[in-house]
Amino acid sequence: MKIDRRSFLSFVIGGAAGTALSPLPWKLTDDIAIWSQNWPWTPIPERGATTFVKSTCTLCQGGCGINVRLVGDRVVKIEGLEGHPVNDGSVCNLGVAGTQLLYGPNRVKNPKKKVNGKWHDISWDDAIAEIAAKLKELREKELSHTVGCICGSDRGTVPELLNRFLRFYGSSNFMRIPSIQDNYELALYLTQGVRGMPGFDVGHSDFLLSFGSGLIEGWESPVYMFKAKSALRDNGGRMDQIEPRLSKTAAKSDKWIAIKPGTEGALALGIAHVIVKEGLYRRDFVDNHCSGFIQWKTTVLDGFSPETVSNMTGVDGEKIAALARNFARARNPLAICGRGAGQTPGSLQDFLAVHMLNALVGNINRAGGFVAVPEADYISWPEAEIDKTAARGLQQTRADGAGSKEYPHARYLLNRLPEVINSSQESPVQVLFISGANPAYSMPDAQSMSNALEKIPLVVSFSSYMDETAAHADMILPNHTYLERYEDVAVARGFPKPCIGLTRPVIEPLYNTRHVGDVIIQLAKEMGDLIAAAFPWDDYQVCLEETLEDKWDALVEEGFWVDAEYSGSDWTEAFETDSSKFEFSNQEIKALPGYNPVRAKGDESFYPLVLIPYETMRLASGYIGSPPFLVKSLEDTILKGNEVLVEVNPVTAKTLGLSKGKIATLTTPKGSYNVRVYLFDGIMPGVVAIVRGLGHTAYGKYLAGKGVNYNALSESVEDPATGLDASWGIRAKLSKA
Amino acid sequence: MSTEGKANEVSAAAQDQEPNTSALAQVVTEKEDSAGGPIILFFILGLAASLVLGWVIFPKLLYSQKRQPIEFNHALHNELVDEGCESCHFFREDGTYSGVPTLAQCVDCHEEVNGEDPEEEKFVTQYVAKGREVPWLVYSRQPDCVFFSHAAHVKMANMDCVTCHGNIGESESLKVYQKNRISGYSRDIWGENIAGIKRNSWDRMKMDDCAECHQRNKVNQGSVQTHRGGCFVCHH
Repeated sequence: MKIDRRSFLSFVIGGAAGTALSPLPWKLTDDIAIWSQNWPWTPIPERGATTFVKSTCTLCQGGCGINVRLVGDRVVKIEGLEGHPVNDGSVCNLGVAGTQLLYGPNRVKNPKKKVNGKWHDISWDDAIAEIAAKLKELREKELSHTVGCICGSDRGTVPELLNRFLRFYGSSNFMRIPSIQDNYELALYLTQGVRGMPGFDVGHSDFLLSFGSGLIEGWESPVYMFKAKSALRDNGGRMDQIEPRLSKTAAKSDKWIAIKPGTEGALALGIAHVIVKEGLYRRDFVDNHCSGFIQWKTTVLDGFSPETVSNMTGVDGEKIAALARNFARARNPLAICGRGAGQTPGSLQDFLAVHMLNALVGNINRAGGFVAVPEADYISWPEAEIDKTAARGLQQTRADGAGSKEYPHARYLLNRLPEVINSSQESPVQVLFISGANPAYSMPDAQSMSNALEKIPLVVSFSSYMDETAAHADMILPNHTYLERYEDVAVARGFPKPCIGLTRPVIEPLYNTRHVGDVIIQLAKEMGDLIAAAFPWDDYQVCLEETLEDKWDALVEEGFWVDAEYSGSDWTEAFETDSSKFEFSNQEIKALPGYNPVRAKGDESFYPLVLIPYETMRLASGYIGSPPFLVKSLEDTILKGNEVLVEVNPVTAKTLGLSKGKIATLTTPKGSYNVRVYLFDGIMPGVVAIVRGLGHTAYGKYLAGKGVNYNALSESVEDPATGLDASWGIRAKLSKA
Repeated sequence: MSTEGKANEVSAAAQDQEPNTSALAQVVTEKEDSAGGPIILFFILGLAASLVLGWVIFPKLLYSQKRQPIEFNHALHNELVDEGCESCHFFREDGTYSGVPTLAQCVDCHEEVNGEDPEEEKFVTQYVAKGREVPWLVYSRQPDCVFFSHAAHVKMANMDCVTCHGNIGESESLKVYQKNRISGYSRDIWGENIAGIKRNSWDRMKMDDCAECHQRNKVNQGSVQTHRGGCFVCHH
């Protein structure tokens, strides 16, 4: 028998027929289908019992309550905490993405020390001993005032511990990251004599007049403002947005009033002019509870007629008058300011002008109005003795000049620090602690801040993540993330009631990290003598529980404490000024320079355009770098590939010969970057805009190298009244690449 | 030559040719005899080989055999508990189903060795004492893209565990776990029968088996929210 081609073929045909009659092909198909649905890299949800832990988010200063869902000991989801006064069950996209920050690849896993430009792991004991040795050496040289600290906040036990350490050590160089909070606090102090925080009862207002505030773009407590805006709408209220650019907030407003950038304060004064002139202001408040009105009235009537203001702002005079009448006739009108998400302090004159509008309509400390929220007073640590070295150090002027004769009003002037350091032979700051802040990214003229950090002999970062500032540090003592630690959260920005949140560990720390509070207490003990005596607690946990006292149980039980009944003091008791009234004018206000719009830096002939930043909820723009979840959600009108899009009015683009989607070079006095052109009718001719929150050099491949950091292109403009950064943009030019 | 004669001649020629034709046919037949047999034979061989491969060898190759880490006696435990299956396979307070028990449930009785059984001793010394969870192999584990709610079926539809899981509660030992080498899941999902034929409702756990019961009982054949076909009710 010969096996030839035919018999082979018939064997194959028989085989095929048999295979088709067997389960093999059908079963294989099914199995391969299932196999292809279960790639090993596909994340698989954890199995096991679900538990929830109530905590507080610290990724911004919104103070939202969160309910963290765990399966076993794995965090699987972060939800908003139902019943929380600030966010009642809602949460923003950054809050949701917190798990990516916890488990992501950008954590600092061990304390680290930089040796010859390279990071080496170091033990906690060695790190603390080394810092203590350096601090002791400076004290011996009577240079205790050359130690400084930059903090994201100045409220709560951790910033207070850092501040207390500096004080007993002998330095007044505690600095807070600048924001609109600086000016709001100052406006509150100058007019009402109150050291407190601004609160905005947006939800109960029926006319919200916003001078550039990005109500749905991260202004103050983002989730609270989102919900308050919806409540305002549901109650039949209206909102008008004054802004040079059609932001998301402007698009959602009843009216968008396009204005020349940087002149918002002038418009507020123009509106005040009409209200005063037509007698539309609230007499029972102005006549009985205000002082200095006559003087202020003269200034406003003389200098800010609708015609004058129209010339300054580009807003039609009739429109200004109509705006004033609508505002004054509303039942609960509320004026707010602070551009975008409020990261740049702005100029005090704008804040005063807007605050006076609220006073004119008497909507202060009332439902639907502006409420002065007292600072939380639960931190009352025993006074202790300060030694001679410390007392001497405390008498030295601050490195940033805040509180000096030249800058009497500002409490912190971090924006001045880089120049002070970079222009001196030897850095006036020898040791710098940085906690909850990323100034090398978030401060204007980021490069000069980085240079200053390099010039400081010892920079200690407490960052949990390898961010830009940590990269410039000499030592990193990584803090637990907010999902791994206890901490009180004393601020919910813009929320109109006193509220304290408790951040608590949801899981055991993943890495060899340590609580900043514990490090400070250990450092104090290492310093010995009176410094150690000022820190009597065994560890941070003891300190926190003792500090919160009777609030501790409520915080553990509920996750927050709120003074729900608070609605601001009565007008007869609210004002702690010399006159016990709201002061439109007083000695301090009179000493301030007259209204003068802040100009963007740069030579107009060389830089014909003006670059302004804008914010989006899809990017974190503060000290936290956006987790991948956020970057993935970005529209391609913001970022395309690795290029940031610059918003250009079609008219401007035409004169510059630029077309849609083309690469262009954006140049400011601070730098030059390639960007992609996005033609947008919602931006004024002559003005261009890029988003804040991109252009990171740290935070790994999911964020680093994407787009341009606005702060790398910008520069601080000193407010003549305060010394704070009053910049709102910078002159720029855009040319074909 | 007459016409007739011509015709005869032709006929004779034809007659002459006839044996030639049959001889050719014979040759062809002979040739078929010598190769036709093998062709069919090879066809049958191919058919038989592939049928054996598909029905016998393939299922053996497809599944690897695994023993459970501990030989567990369901029948024995079932006698000792009050609430049947739910004594150990319980619903959590939030309504989710706990599935295979963890040590937390076992230690109540097995903190120390109670009996003579070497399997129990192994369980106590190797797992309980060390606080290690037993890596049970779950016969009914569905792919991760399948969402199944026990509460909806057991609590709301009052279904019996046996309907889907069979009489496992009466078994005295755990059967060999057959793991599909391609998909990684238990053989019990496709069913013991490689052709997919089932006699009992618990023989298979494929999507068709879910659908069969839902169609028969005319319940929730689509999304509860939209009342339309809802892939994402069970798949995510």
